[in-house]
Amino acid sequence: MLLIPCPWCGPRDETEFRYGGEAHLARPAAAQELSDAQWAEYLFMRNSPKGLFAERWNHAAGCRRWFNAIRHTLTHRILAVYPPGEPRPESEA
Amino acid sequence: MKFSIFALASNAVSGHDRWPTYWRTPQPRPAYDVVIVGGGGHGLATAYYLAKEHGITRVAVLERGWLGGGNTGRNTTICRSNYLWDESAALYEHSLKLFEGLSRELNLNVMLSQRGVLNLAHSLHDVREGQRRVFANRLNGIDAQWLDTEQVGRFCPILDVSTRARYPVLGATLQRRAGVARHDAVAWGFARAADARGVDIIQNCEVTGFDIREGRVRGVRTTCGDIRAGKVGIVAAGHNSVLCALAGLRLPLQSHPLQALVSEPIKPVLDTVVMSSAVHVYVSQSDKGELVIGAGIDAYNSYAQRGSFQVIEQQMAALVELFPVFSRLRMLRTWGGIVDVSPDASPIIGPMPVQGLFLNGGWGTGGFKATPGAGHVFAWTIAHDEPHPLAAPFGLERFTSGALIDEHGAAAVAH
Repeated sequence: MLLIPCPWCGPRDETEFRYGGEAHLARPAAAQELSDAQWAEYLFMRNSPKGLFAERWNHAAGCRRWFNAIRHTLTHRILAVYPPGEPRPESEA
Repeated sequence: MKFSIFALASNAVSGHDRWPTYWRTPQPRPAYDVVIVGGGGHGLATAYYLAKEHGITRVAVLERGWLGGGNTGRNTTICRSNYLWDESAALYEHSLKLFEGLSRELNLNVMLSQRGVLNLAHSLHDVREGQRRVFANRLNGIDAQWLDTEQVGRFCPILDVSTRARYPVLGATLQRRAGVARHDAVAWGFARAADARGVDIIQNCEVTGFDIREGRVRGVRTTCGDIRAGKVGIVAAGHNSVLCALAGLRLPLQSHPLQALVSEPIKPVLDTVVMSSAVHVYVSQSDKGELVIGAGIDAYNSYAQRGSFQVIEQQMAALVELFPVFSRLRMLRTWGGIVDVSPDASPIIGPMPVQGLFLNGGWGTGGFKATPGAGHVFAWTIAHDEPHPLAAPFGLERFTSGALIDEHGAAAVAH
């Protein structure tokens, strides 16, 4: 089980969290002007890297707040957590 | 060598030390007509049907690890075709029919055991969806039956169908032609038959990039050197996104761990396959006597081939809920595979935006059952440069057109 450091509550068991998938997916501003291909890109196309991944978590059985994490998808190590809306931290390597 | 009673007898006389190896271990040639990336069941089946049905024998199957060491060797070996929509029903039924003749076709016993698959219903909604699927299956010429609670109890006596259960069994769909097969034998059988037709199977050879010029794939870069290729088929299951990223493509896929486990071996006690999407577990008994148990994916993206323990704990709870008789059974080992999950729980088969590049992926949690069928239609697709009629609805373009094939209900694995 993952030990996930919630930015507001500290480290908690994975079972307290809901996974939210890839982070930093912004809904296009001019939604009514998008082509079908642009919609497909926003709705369905995803990065699924083997390595560092910026992803969303929700502390569903805790503070119920969303946050982002940088996690390695092979080692499962969590390198950073940060509030939604903040840019992806640069320091990771 | 053709396996037969005579081959068995003559090798018994000579002490069983003259059996030939199943396939050669060739060095890669500089160029092939088709390079298949991924030596699991699907990739090997593709190579076999390319050679057999389309006469394309300058084919290499490149495998990063060992043959069938990915999801082919990590699944719960269930074969069935009781999917809801016409497109899926046709594809999975095509595969099940090929499975039914596969041992003879490959001259290797894949141990297909059509012991029936039950999909349990635990709520009014489950009942309605199950019955709807039975009707849909029948309209598509696929055998399907609806069993009420009493019939389920008779069909699988050790299942708790009493009203005492927290989630009582209200009925089940039954596909009698469904069952299990020996997963390794499927990979080995396709590998051996493909090798006999001249396909080069190259293990321990990882693809590290693609040679793409003027929008067309010209070859692959590997840890064994560069290999030129007329066409390239990617069949890499959990690693499809990683490979396609090397070709500059994004896919609507996310890679997750899917865990399974087996119990200690016990005497025959379960002669069918029982699946429940609601309490969420599926179980069958292997010929060795182990219960083979699986359930849902781990929620997070991962390539680690292992998952979190609470996922196993939950499926054990579901197992004991359904089968109180298993409550003191000990579990022997667990493992995980990496599954590439698509948004509509249906595969992606067809040409990619790069010319000469093809993908057979997105099978997510249910690829094993489709091994021969997917290989068959994918080989056709590669050979003809256009989708096989059964594969056509499963192209990548459905995510643009919106013509999704939503099989979350029939997939039986929550994701």
